[in-house]
Amino acid sequence: MPSIRSSADFVAAEAVARHFDVSKPWLSRAIEQSPRVFLKAVDGVSFSVAKGETLALVGESGCGKSTVARLVVGLYRPTSGRVLFDGLDLTGLPAAERARSRRRMQMIFQDPYASLNPRWRVNDIVAEPLRAFGLAKGRSELSGRVGDLLLQVGLSPADGEKYPHEFSGGQRQRISIARALSSNPEFLVCDEPTSALDVSVQAQILNLMRDLQDELGLTYLFISHNLAAVRHISDRVGVMYLGRIVEIADSGTLFSAPRHPYTQMLLDAIPDLAMSGHAREPMGGEVPNPLDPPPGCHFHPRCPFANARCRAETPALKQHGPAQTACHAVEEGRI
Amino acid sequence: MRGWRDSDLWYSFTRSRITVAAAAVAGTMVLAAFLAPLIAPYDPFDLASLDLLDAHIPPVWLEDGEARFPIGTDDQGRDLLSAILYGARISIGVGIASVLLSLFVGVGLGLVSGYAGGRIDAFIMRVADIQLSFPAILIALLVNGVLRGILPSERQDDLAIYVLVLSIGISGWVQYARTVRGSALVEKNKEYVQAARLIGISSASIMLRHILPNAMGPVLVIATIHLAVAIITEATLSFLGIGVPPTEPSLGTLIRIGNDFLFSGEWWVTIFPGAALAVLVLSVNLLGDWLRDALNPKLR
Repeated sequence: MPSIRSSADFVAAEAVARHFDVSKPWLSRAIEQSPRVFLKAVDGVSFSVAKGETLALVGESGCGKSTVARLVVGLYRPTSGRVLFDGLDLTGLPAAERARSRRRMQMIFQDPYASLNPRWRVNDIVAEPLRAFGLAKGRSELSGRVGDLLLQVGLSPADGEKYPHEFSGGQRQRISIARALSSNPEFLVCDEPTSALDVSVQAQILNLMRDLQDELGLTYLFISHNLAAVRHISDRVGVMYLGRIVEIADSGTLFSAPRHPYTQMLLDAIPDLAMSGHAREPMGGEVPNPLDPPPGCHFHPRCPFANARCRAETPALKQHGPAQTACHAVEEGRI
Repeated sequence: MRGWRDSDLWYSFTRSRITVAAAAVAGTMVLAAFLAPLIAPYDPFDLASLDLLDAHIPPVWLEDGEARFPIGTDDQGRDLLSAILYGARISIGVGIASVLLSLFVGVGLGLVSGYAGGRIDAFIMRVADIQLSFPAILIALLVNGVLRGILPSERQDDLAIYVLVLSIGISGWVQYARTVRGSALVEKNKEYVQAARLIGISSASIMLRHILPNAMGPVLVIATIHLAVAIITEATLSFLGIGVPPTEPSLGTLIRIGNDFLFSGEWWVTIFPGAALAVLVLSVNLLGDWLRDALNPKLR
């Protein structure tokens, strides 16, 4: 797929971290003498997305990819680090300017059954951003714009009179996309937009998203655990493990020549019809407790290449060939 | 969009004979109460029309009964039927007004508590816990006593109804607050609320336009059952003599007045208002029970 690469980063995360306080209530802590407990959901993540590009973030459940999505759009404030949107750090901006930038970024959510208010008609749901940003004047312009948006995502303007429960999961996700498009955004954060859908519908939604990207020049941050979907839609892929990015590469490079042992294991776990009968290494071990992550490289307890350095020292994300990889073994040439 | 006649709620309503009967009884009583000035034979509040010679007349089917007073008169010579109609109007009016007050206070505090969380939530919920540790009637008595202490004594009879509404209303907000808080806690983490926050919708607007409509189902059930409780509480307060003044009696006041004559054989003064109160509360309660079951997806 064609991608327009500009040298300037459109969206950039600079060492963004988000820690959640999951301590027990104050009284219980005082009685049991237990310390405060922090969950490092995102632990220093850096990436950039160029205009018109699709960056995918993949990883297992609980690796922090949805938290990254919410940090990027500003639903969470970063504990440290910053997110730049078109060169601006939105957290420090005055409200009026923040609203102007907010209009340019939107989000598509994971669960189409929770992302649409069940008591609102589709018309009102799709029109909410238009009203909030004052983008349509008068009733007729508003309803005309909503009708256009519904057509654009493959629904009929007459569907606007219905309530969300009258639609299937895929249709609901189309409504969610129409709402996201209503403020004419340039950047869309898609938080597992297909994971709650049937496989047959997933492809429809992905193709719709690609068509819209070509048509409107959208930039996507695509969060997913579905590697097939990621391969289908993304230009570049970042692999996350326990709150950190372990590898970022072009989609083709990552899928054909993964460097990081975790990426290799992840790709090896994809069922492949053509390779049936091929003996594969099952992914060993479990994701460690994120409240008490292992020291050094978070992946070392499951990594066949781990040595003493991996257990002590956190690897940094560095350029190795075409990919950026955070791995001591790759750096030392052991893999 | 389906019409209300096709809705599940209407279907379950018509399927339950007891509910239809309860609705008919409650509807008739409410209608009769509010149309009292039109259908009652006398105006029991008009002191000038009362004649003490008419006092203590038994119902028409007893010896000494008079056709003018079908179910007899009380000690002041008031026609009991008219007094019950007017009294039911006060009872139902005070009940509905107190439920509305409880509902506004409770739903408001519950929404803020659930959506804001943190210290605000902790504070509101501790106040609710403290209030719940006292019986509602005690809270109503307390508020009533405090308000009567503040108000000048010559205006107390005029303001008695407002004092009643305030004291019953304040005694009942906790249930609403807890229910709405629970719903708000669930709804605020749903993605449609995040979508609204993302485009900068204000917290007040999210609470009122997004979360409130999704939290109102259980509130409706509580309000119906609470209406019966509020009517009983009003009757109790009036029976204890701290409700509405005897010149404008509610059902509770009538029962109290009749109670004084119960042992002298004039049973009708207390039995008829008591029966009216019991039937009213029972039918409202049956409606509330039905609504609770009909809106409970697990019992469908």
